[in-house]
Amino acid sequence: MTNEVFSCREISAGIAEGEALISDDRILFYHADFASGTICESGHSLNGVCVKDKILIFPGGKGSSVVQMDGMYKLEKNHAAPRAFIVQEPDTVLVSCTIVMGVPMVDRAEKEFYSTVKNGDYIRVDTQKQTIEILRRAQKE
Amino acid sequence: MILTEEQKKILNGEYGNGKAMAMQVLVGMAKCFDAPRLVPISRVHISMSAQEGDTWFATKLWRAGAVCAVTPTVNPGYSLDYFKGKISDEAVDNMQRTREAYEGLGARMTYCCTPYLADNVPQYHEIISFSETNATIYANAVQGAYTNRESSASALCAAVTGYAPEYGMLLEENRYATVAVDVRAKLRGDFDYSVLGLLGKKIGGGVPVFYGLPEKISTEALIGLGTVLNVSSNYDTFHIPGVTAEMVREHNKYGERVQREVVITQDDLDAALEAFSPAEEKEISYGVFGCPHYTYDQVAELLRLFDGKPSRVPVYVLTSGRVVLQARKNGVEERLRALGVDLIPDTCVDEYYCWGHLADRFGVSDSLKGYYYMQVSGLRMAVRDTATCVRALQEGVVR
Repeated sequence: MTNEVFSCREISAGIAEGEALISDDRILFYHADFASGTICESGHSLNGVCVKDKILIFPGGKGSSVVQMDGMYKLEKNHAAPRAFIVQEPDTVLVSCTIVMGVPMVDRAEKEFYSTVKNGDYIRVDTQKQTIEILRRAQKE
Repeated sequence: MILTEEQKKILNGEYGNGKAMAMQVLVGMAKCFDAPRLVPISRVHISMSAQEGDTWFATKLWRAGAVCAVTPTVNPGYSLDYFKGKISDEAVDNMQRTREAYEGLGARMTYCCTPYLADNVPQYHEIISFSETNATIYANAVQGAYTNRESSASALCAAVTGYAPEYGMLLEENRYATVAVDVRAKLRGDFDYSVLGLLGKKIGGGVPVFYGLPEKISTEALIGLGTVLNVSSNYDTFHIPGVTAEMVREHNKYGERVQREVVITQDDLDAALEAFSPAEEKEISYGVFGCPHYTYDQVAELLRLFDGKPSRVPVYVLTSGRVVLQARKNGVEERLRALGVDLIPDTCVDEYYCWGHLADRFGVSDSLKGYYYMQVSGLRMAVRDTATCVRALQEGVVR
């Protein structure tokens, strides 16, 4: 049983647990299949990958001022949304959307978190304590 | 972060739940971006969209009793008059629900994405809250107003409370050019400035200042440049000596902190357009103009370019209700209609309900942004300068 705790900063309040999913690319949630939560953007590192119920670790958002929220809203409505966001470069659109939608989001996670976290690790984000915990390591294949 | 007594009252719900919710969003943003305070804003434009997520949030604030402290103008959705009988009942209902929520909040339903030309024109160094990226960059760059690149949600919160977090473009120190862009190419018409905007990746991040451009640049060319800079990448503002507001008023002050230089050649421009919309000969079945909304001058120019010879396929021109009225008065609307060209008010290219029927079909447009969004709905287009588009429409083939 691992129990590693890393510091971060609260942007949008909340507590969430789930499997970590790492994206190298910025994400626009408009480019997704809203029923399943699968990212549909050719060339994207998560193209074809399902984000439903994940704790998404990605650089930040992209796209114009309104479609980001539409994408997030449709995922939420279909119960296909991620559970929390861990970002590096928050932008105005993503920040306002997560607060409005009540999706927990943090940034400024300490360096060690990024060097240790792997896809599939079961993690917990607590914005009030401003911590990310790795609760269980992903099963080795 | 310091809130005034009045701002604390709003946050604590003394003016109702709706205003408190809007204030929570602004305070959260202020914390995230290390804004020391919230400052009063005197204009708001909201990139309302008639898309589900946006309408959901507006309805939530409206139901919670929020009324705008600063009357905002709004982006287009789609015209229920023009599309009467052409779109589903669901689509009609969706637009009506959007309108009801925004009207309830006290918005001015201008349905236009170029509010800075009429209806909501910022003054120099006026602090405002504009969403819609083409409006934000034009207001900052060309008019010298102070606005961040707001989302529809954050601009709505600013309208409801009358405040915006003070960070980014609201601070003078962030408005200086950081990258000098030396344009070593001859830009011949408005369309070439849009193509220049495609070079965001090469220009890189920061605030660009463009050198080597003509002394006089049309409003439409400046709209096109700012718009497409935000298609290829993300920019808050730009400068052009002798053209954009801060450089006209303060001469070279905003160009004195440049950290790097980028050279743009004719080859760069040609390659950028070729990558975005390759040259090909192909039959077309429609044309779309007006993303951002066409100005009156662009509508009149279109009529001149057609020169009395009709289009073989339907042509849709998106513009403001204001421009349609002027064109109607002047007989321009009627003459265009006779050529197969429809002027459509209050409508955006990015509305699947209206344009989904063109999916998989091939058309022409002079708008790089329009194509960027319409391809999400499955439309395929060649993007060319306006005169080439008109020739293609008259021949039914783009070359």
